[in-house]
Amino acid sequence: METNLFRYIWRHSRREQLGILTLVAASLPLYFLSLNLPKEIVNRGIQGQGFAGPGDTQTFLRTPVPLSETLTGQQLYFYEGVPLDQTALLLALSFVFLALVIANGLVKYVINTAKGRMGERVLRRLRYQLVDRVLRFPLPHLRRVKQAEAATMVKDEVEPLGGFIGDAFVQPAFLGGQALTALAFILVQSVWLGAIALAIVVIQAGLIPKLRIPILRLGKQRQLTARELAGRVGELVDGGLEIHAHDTSNLERADISHRLGQIFDIRYEIFRRKFFVKFLNNFLSQLTPFIFYAVGGVLAIRGHLDIGALVAVISAYKDLPGPVKELIDWEQRRQDVQIKYDTVVEQFQPPAILEPARQDPDADSGPPLRGSVELRNVTVNDDGDTPILKNVALTLPIATRTAVVGAGASGKSQLAQVATGLFLPASGTVLLDGRDTQSLPEAVTGRRTAYVGPEAYLFPGSVGDTLLYGLKHRPVRAAARGAEAEQAKCAADRESRVSGNTLLDPEADWVDYTAAGVDGPEALRQRMVEVLDAVDMSADVYRFGLAGTIDPETRPETAAALLEARRLLARRLQERDLQGLVEPFDSSGYNRNATLGENLLFGTPIDPAFAPDQLADNRIARAAMRATGLDRSLARMGLQIARTMVEIFADLEPGHPFFEQFSFIDAEDLPRYKTLVAQADKIGLDALSDDQIRQLERLPLAYVEARHRLDLIGPEVERLVVETRHELDRRIVAERPDAVEVFDAERYNAAASLQDNILFGRIAHGRANAETRIAGAVAEVLDQLGLRAHVIDVGLEYPVGVAGKRLSAVQRQKLALARALMKRPDLLVIDQATAIMDGQTQTRIMDRLLAERRDGGVIWVLHRAQLADRFDRVVVVDAGQVPEHGRYAELAGTGGALDRLLSDD
Amino acid sequence: MGLEQEVEVLRRIPLFQNIEPSKLKLMAFASERVTFADGAALFDQGEEGDAAYIVLEGTADVRVTADSGEPITVAQVASNDIVGEIAILCNVPRTATVVATSELVTLKITKELFFRMVQDFPQIGIEVMRVLAHRLETTTRQLRAARGG
Repeated sequence: METNLFRYIWRHSRREQLGILTLVAASLPLYFLSLNLPKEIVNRGIQGQGFAGPGDTQTFLRTPVPLSETLTGQQLYFYEGVPLDQTALLLALSFVFLALVIANGLVKYVINTAKGRMGERVLRRLRYQLVDRVLRFPLPHLRRVKQAEAATMVKDEVEPLGGFIGDAFVQPAFLGGQALTALAFILVQSVWLGAIALAIVVIQAGLIPKLRIPILRLGKQRQLTARELAGRVGELVDGGLEIHAHDTSNLERADISHRLGQIFDIRYEIFRRKFFVKFLNNFLSQLTPFIFYAVGGVLAIRGHLDIGALVAVISAYKDLPGPVKELIDWEQRRQDVQIKYDTVVEQFQPPAILEPARQDPDADSGPPLRGSVELRNVTVNDDGDTPILKNVALTLPIATRTAVVGAGASGKSQLAQVATGLFLPASGTVLLDGRDTQSLPEAVTGRRTAYVGPEAYLFPGSVGDTLLYGLKHRPVRAAARGAEAEQAKCAADRESRVSGNTLLDPEADWVDYTAAGVDGPEALRQRMVEVLDAVDMSADVYRFGLAGTIDPETRPETAAALLEARRLLARRLQERDLQGLVEPFDSSGYNRNATLGENLLFGTPIDPAFAPDQLADNRIARAAMRATGLDRSLARMGLQIARTMVEIFADLEPGHPFFEQFSFIDAEDLPRYKTLVAQADKIGLDALSDDQIRQLERLPLAYVEARHRLDLIGPEVERLVVETRHELDRRIVAERPDAVEVFDAERYNAAASLQDNILFGRIAHGRANAETRIAGAVAEVLDQLGLRAHVIDVGLEYPVGVAGKRLSAVQRQKLALARALMKRPDLLVIDQATAIMDGQTQTRIMDRLLAERRDGGVIWVLHRAQLADRFDRVVVVDAGQVPEHGRYAELAGTGGALDRLLSDD
Repeated sequence: MGLEQEVEVLRRIPLFQNIEPSKLKLMAFASERVTFADGAALFDQGEEGDAAYIVLEGTADVRVTADSGEPITVAQVASNDIVGEIAILCNVPRTATVVATSELVTLKITKELFFRMVQDFPQIGIEVMRVLAHRLETTTRQLRAARGG
């Protein structure tokens, strides 16, 4: 990358810079006119200079042709002008003033916008280039990059550059011009005084920037320490678990405090120096008038200089310090951003970087890999540059299933990593079908081979997006857009081109169906289901689907089919005499297996303020409860719950797991409720304050009669709750119809999960194995109606979360394997990707994957040698060497390296 | 039947009879009430045990499968009986199968809950020791009688 910021800016914004300079130059006459006009208004318009009397007129806007008198002997005018009397002239001049103010403002607006746009363009280009470089970092280098630091650099550290770019050339030209004009004027008035002013300006311009150099050096340090601090804070968040687990929070505090101390010292030093320079600068600026007064005054008294000239010099000098000071400030900003730019660019210049051609989206992925992976004298180093794989020569046929076994740090992972071409060896060559991986484009390595490591990373998006991730190498079909959107896209493309960004459309369809071996979306979906089956993840995705929601407007058929499933399930349970397992929702009856809050709301909240456990604090719900008198019963039940909780939880220490699992009341709140119960017993429930009553009313909302069994809900309360439910429903329909989706046996509930929609009720508490039996019945019904695929579809929409954190570690690994399978790689390299799974799951997945790949194209690095007998070939790695390789049957039992590993297992 | 009645049942069980009612209430509150249909198995011999059951209502058979494979009913349980406690006290697989012979209402005391209670209220532990010692004494006596006879 270009190391000089100025050259960088000039190269990428030359034309715009020149355009803005021209605009600035063109705006100057307007500016000077508007400076002169007030004097005209006062002198001629108000004081009536040049008017003989009230009836006299002057010509306005007469525009002479310059030099016309000299050339033709006759004064010519572009415009003869209009005769105006004093008042008319005053108004005319005032309007001209207004017009000039507006014109000036508009020109300024245009210039500033143009500068801003230019700055943002260059900044966009710079940021894009930085990220582009990150994408081209070789993987070993990438491992050393701290992500928080890289993010700060791209996001914050280059930010001030944007503001500067607009001023990089315009400002010095403009201010320099102003300063030179003023200086020239002074020189014309008096050479001596001019020389003095010039000398002081030169000293200022030479000395001040020199003094500022240490400040800039400190600024660089400040930037580095701040960046490290950002990195450390990122580490504290990532390593939170370890900090708590080792009680090292105080060590971290000490470290942070130390770093903040360093930053403080640096910043304080910067302040001291900065303000000293400021002092000196101000002093030098004021020194010139002092000399003018003293020396010029003496010269004037002695008669060497006329007073008029001295006054003119002094007034001209007024215009000098401003631009000079701003120029010096500009120079400082320049140095500052140059340093920022240097420190950022430095970080993005690794010793080696991938050639852009290797990531060319249109590169040919070449013929399928059928031959072999050949390692010739390959040495691979670890991060500390110690060889971990030493001088290995080995040929692995691709069309076979190979297991790589070895001890933990034997180098088996490195062997697999260089085989895919993802990592390059420190010395030696790796040939994929005879082609050197050193120069193979990623179109070959990333499409023909796949690598799944022990801790795969998932990008945010849905399960389906994750599966398709490996199929998106370049846009395959353009996005369908309306005319308007197409136009907007064209404009956006033009802008991208100006900033040197890629024009590839992220909204296009990038999915390469051919690579997935399918002909369209439907077959692709089938393939996804197949692949999920292969990695043993169908059941998980099915569960995600049941817990997911759909919009019945966009999927009316699915919604209708699910309603059918609801009816079928009810019938099925009835037939098998299992209806007791689910208590269905009935708008005129109390559901003893649902919470009291759910019974009141009788629907799914869309606005969280209507969540069943929030109803005691919801205005509309409170009004409904008051109307039916439920509020009194609610408080009474609350008191009863509080009393029971106080009684049975009294002896438990706070923080006891029972509180979290079983209590209605937090351990911290227990003493408060204890007092509350005592007070209510003494003065009666009615005498409690509103706030206390409210506290009690919150408790029963989470109460489930069938589960908690406190005998709180008798027929009378049931009737009251159902009555309040209807009252609440009326009020919600009237005031907030979109806050709640009410349970309706005949309608699909968009806010509730698929499972809840099918059950349309609550699973009964206390029925042995109710959940499993119901799950079985639901699965049966879904299969009968052919709905399983729909549920899986909804499951595919389940978001995996940031870095896949919404999935378990095992699910993440399974999904990463599935993602690799989707692109049907010629060579699939699995590097201990199943190591974290339990033995059964692991062998199940291994057997399925090996069956799917019975024609070969698998290199599997095993963490336990015992599983190697499932493979066609075994490669044994020991201490960076390959002591033996061949068929399992040939190697096992010979007392060689494989046997040693097997006996160690 | 509510919590109060459950506490009453618990108090009638020898293992719990000397324990304060408020502790029993806590245990009852923290436990799940599980109803088994007639003929349903509470657990099967040889399974991993995770809970003991206290019978609140109904009856069940305790069956042991002999080496011949024939299940033999060795005991019947009814209200106020506890079954399955051996498996949660020492980590052995279920020693018998228990099958409901009518609609059976039980209180399911999980292993975690039970050990929590013992930890928090040592008197429960002492009671358990006492009951087990009694049983051991009975078994030893029976064994002696069997050998002598």
